[in-house]
Amino acid sequence: MTAQLAVEAISTGEAWVFWILGPLAVLAAIAMVSARNAVHSALFLVLVMLCLGVFYVVQSGPFIGLAQIIVYTGAIMMLFLFVLMLVGRDSSDSLIEVLRGQRVAAILLGIGFAGLVATAFYRGLQDAPAQGLEAANAPGNVHAIAAIVFTRYIFAFEVTSALLITAATGAMILAHIERRRDQKQTQPDRMRARFAPGNYPAPKAGPGVYATSDSVATPARLPDGRFSERSVPQILPKRQLTEAEVAPKGTASPFGRRAESGGAADSRSGAAGRTNESAGNHASAAPSVGQGGEGR
Amino acid sequence: MNSFWLLIAIPLASAAILLLLGRWADRWGHWLGVLSVGVAFALGLTYFFQLRNLPASERSAEIDLFPFLQVGSLQVDFGLLFDPLSAVFVLLITGVGFLIHVYAVGYMAHDPKRRTFFAYFNLFVAAMLLLVLGNNYVMLYFGWEGVGLASYLLISFWYTRNSAATAGKKAFLMNRVGDAGLAIAIFIMFATLGTVDYAGVAEGVARLSSGVTLALGLLLLLGACGKSGQFPLQAWLPDAMEGPTPVSALIHAATMVTAGVYLIARSNPIFDANPTAQAFVVAIGAITLLMGAIIGCAKDDIKRVLAWSTVSQIGYMFLGVGLGGGAYALALIHLLAHGFFKAGLFLGAGSVMHGMRDQTDIRRFGGLWKYMKITWATFLVAWLAIIGLPPLSGYFSKEPIIAAAFDRPGWTGWLYGIAALLGAGLTAFYMTRLFVLTFHGPKRWTEEIEHPHESPPIMTVPLILLAFGSVGAGWLLSTSVPDWLNPVFAGVHEAEAAHHLSHAAVTWLSIGVTVLGVLLAWALFRNGTALTEQPAGALVRAARRNLYGDAFNETVFEKPGIYLTRALVYFDNKGIDGLVNGLAAMVGGGSSRLGRTQTGFVRSYALSMLGGALLVAVAFLVVRLG
Amino acid sequence: MQPGYYIVLAAILFTIGAVGVLIRRNAIVLFMCIELMLNASNLALVTFGRITGTLDGQIMAFFVMVVAAAEVVVGLAIIMSIFRTRRSASVDDANLLRY
Repeated sequence: MTAQLAVEAISTGEAWVFWILGPLAVLAAIAMVSARNAVHSALFLVLVMLCLGVFYVVQSGPFIGLAQIIVYTGAIMMLFLFVLMLVGRDSSDSLIEVLRGQRVAAILLGIGFAGLVATAFYRGLQDAPAQGLEAANAPGNVHAIAAIVFTRYIFAFEVTSALLITAATGAMILAHIERRRDQKQTQPDRMRARFAPGNYPAPKAGPGVYATSDSVATPARLPDGRFSERSVPQILPKRQLTEAEVAPKGTASPFGRRAESGGAADSRSGAAGRTNESAGNHASAAPSVGQGGEGR
Repeated sequence: MNSFWLLIAIPLASAAILLLLGRWADRWGHWLGVLSVGVAFALGLTYFFQLRNLPASERSAEIDLFPFLQVGSLQVDFGLLFDPLSAVFVLLITGVGFLIHVYAVGYMAHDPKRRTFFAYFNLFVAAMLLLVLGNNYVMLYFGWEGVGLASYLLISFWYTRNSAATAGKKAFLMNRVGDAGLAIAIFIMFATLGTVDYAGVAEGVARLSSGVTLALGLLLLLGACGKSGQFPLQAWLPDAMEGPTPVSALIHAATMVTAGVYLIARSNPIFDANPTAQAFVVAIGAITLLMGAIIGCAKDDIKRVLAWSTVSQIGYMFLGVGLGGGAYALALIHLLAHGFFKAGLFLGAGSVMHGMRDQTDIRRFGGLWKYMKITWATFLVAWLAIIGLPPLSGYFSKEPIIAAAFDRPGWTGWLYGIAALLGAGLTAFYMTRLFVLTFHGPKRWTEEIEHPHESPPIMTVPLILLAFGSVGAGWLLSTSVPDWLNPVFAGVHEAEAAHHLSHAAVTWLSIGVTVLGVLLAWALFRNGTALTEQPAGALVRAARRNLYGDAFNETVFEKPGIYLTRALVYFDNKGIDGLVNGLAAMVGGGSSRLGRTQTGFVRSYALSMLGGALLVAVAFLVVRLG
Repeated sequence: MQPGYYIVLAAILFTIGAVGVLIRRNAIVLFMCIELMLNASNLALVTFGRITGTLDGQIMAFFVMVVAAAEVVVGLAIIMSIFRTRRSASVDDANLLRY
């Protein structure tokens, strides 16, 4: 067989790509597995998928490579990130392993398995030359794929589309929160709950309202000057920007009017709910200048 | 003549009826028991006279009822033999047995289980008759076991008493040791001679080597010792006195304990062929007669004294059959006479106990001759008979044995002769002690506790009849029995007599020793004795403890047996149960260990999945590439 | 440099994903490790397609991608509904089948 069909030679370009992106993919995979923060894990997986996408392109599969990047990375991983934000960001894994010997056993088995399969495949494929997809890709990769999918694999195609529809419907059903008829709050009940003592009837202030910066992490100020806890999502650490960060770029100098209040204002991030003497006077949104000693 | 199987069948049928009918037979059961033995006695007399009418050379009748055992080349029939030897035993068993049955009607009058008692009593008579009427050793063994069973049932008749139950067990177990010897002897007989008939064995003995005959002799002797309570298996007989007095009288005085003597007499061809075996028999007889006499001097229970007396007298009988030759007949004469006077003594003791509210301690008797005249008179006659004063029966039976002992050649003749003489003296001593302490001397009882009175006629009439037997039987027997028994002992050869002492010298010596014993006892005990046990010398203390016979049995057999049992129980509990339980525990423990792999965590299951995938990959690769 | 190297790389990535499944407790990160395993097998499929000179490998990889998408959708929906009821996204909490 080797004599009859053409044997594809691997170009040096491909070799370079492989040897750079291959180890990168492996490192990213390991980092994905061992990252404590779940979002970092997701981002490392995105990196791995991008590398794989490049590999597909390099191996004469442009369609599949781009599909990997667009569909897999772009859609599926983003879906992962959405759900992580909704659900899994707080619950980071602790380092302590509950099951005894699980880590050791997993790593040992992993090394064994990898070694076994890799060696087996390597030895098995050592003498197998690559045929190359020159001939197959002759009418163009997409055309060729379409020709095969819509003739030979048409049934699988239809079934997978049915699968997609089913999956979407299933997800909708799973995510729907069914409330019992009698538990539904009627409008009068909602009104009463809204004005019950302990509840704040006004809509929640957006972050940065009446504040000295427009960062999402800056809490809003209440009419009496206090910081509103409810204006900043709980997962974001609250911080106050310094004057220098707040001022439009290229306007105030870092050592100008700030010198009067010394460095007192710098270390006030995360301070919220402090009492304020001049409660009502400084409710203006303008950056307060030269008013040291007042809570920022 | 061909219907002498009725002798066995009638008492057996009576026993069966009494046992099966149960409580319905309670009112008249005892009379049926008495009647069956009476009919058996009448039949026995008839057959005896029929036998006497036959010429001497043909004096035996044999019948084969049915084949009993047919295994391979062994053919044993349920065969019966009525010859002179079995005839005299039949008369003894049924005659004395009838009198004792009548006595028991009165003695057991207040016992609610009287009917059962007579059932067992009849069973005993039937088994004893089978023993003496069998024509082969297997039939003898059948009867042997039957009397052992009846003895056990009757000794522990009042089984709610701990001592009675224990005594029954002890008797049965010690008998068993003897029975094992007898059984092995029968096996050897079959193995070497191919037959177990008396006739076959008698004629085949000549072909056996002396080793085999010695073995046979010793094993038969072991069996006889077990049944007759001879050394070393004597410990059960005194304890057997726990049974009712009629039982002691019939079984443990007159009949069952004489079965051993019968066995040796019947096996005279074997013993005659081996002088060593005979020497053993003689030695055992001598040891036992002295032992029984010594211990009998130290006992305070009236029945125990009589029991040791029985042991001692049977020792005389063993001495006789061991001496061989003409002494066979002498031993049997003593056996028959002993049956009369010992039964009379026991029944008299029972009468005394009955009159003294079941008191058995002779230290609490004394001066009873005034209150129980008939009992005293009959007891007197039996006492004179046992000590061997002429012209009563004991003199005619015991003195010839002493003479035969002195006739034995060599130093053994002196030894056994002096032993027998000494035994006679001791017999006189302890029997006189018993008689004097019971009936004479100051009274040591109280009206409130004992209140002596004479027994009813149903008990005293048999006593009187037995007294007549004690008087007259001796002279009658000594003149007729040796000739009568000639056909049985035809084959034995007479050893030449050594005549260490002349017969006259022996006679005077034995009378003198007897009188000396009587005088000594009368002198010591005519004023009564202390009510409690007195400190005494080493020999008396040893005699009080049965010459340490029980202690020996306990230490050598019982204690190791108990330790062995305990060790086996321990091994069974810890070892075998431990093995089984350990297996179960292992399975249980293993399964709970295994169960712990079900942690419920998905990740551990995923780990095992990865492990499994690894194994599959390995297997695949090994198959494909290897 | 041979096509076999791609297969080795795919094997290594697959194993890393498998070890990640065993080690991580957060359900979503676990799911991502499974996605890594699927990707590794995709790489292997494409490479085999190249070795044999047919496009079937790429088509199979395409279908794997589709199925993975459907699976992710449903799986994440399940995880979300579990999180809503139990307020925990740890897979160790589902251990009621323990002995």
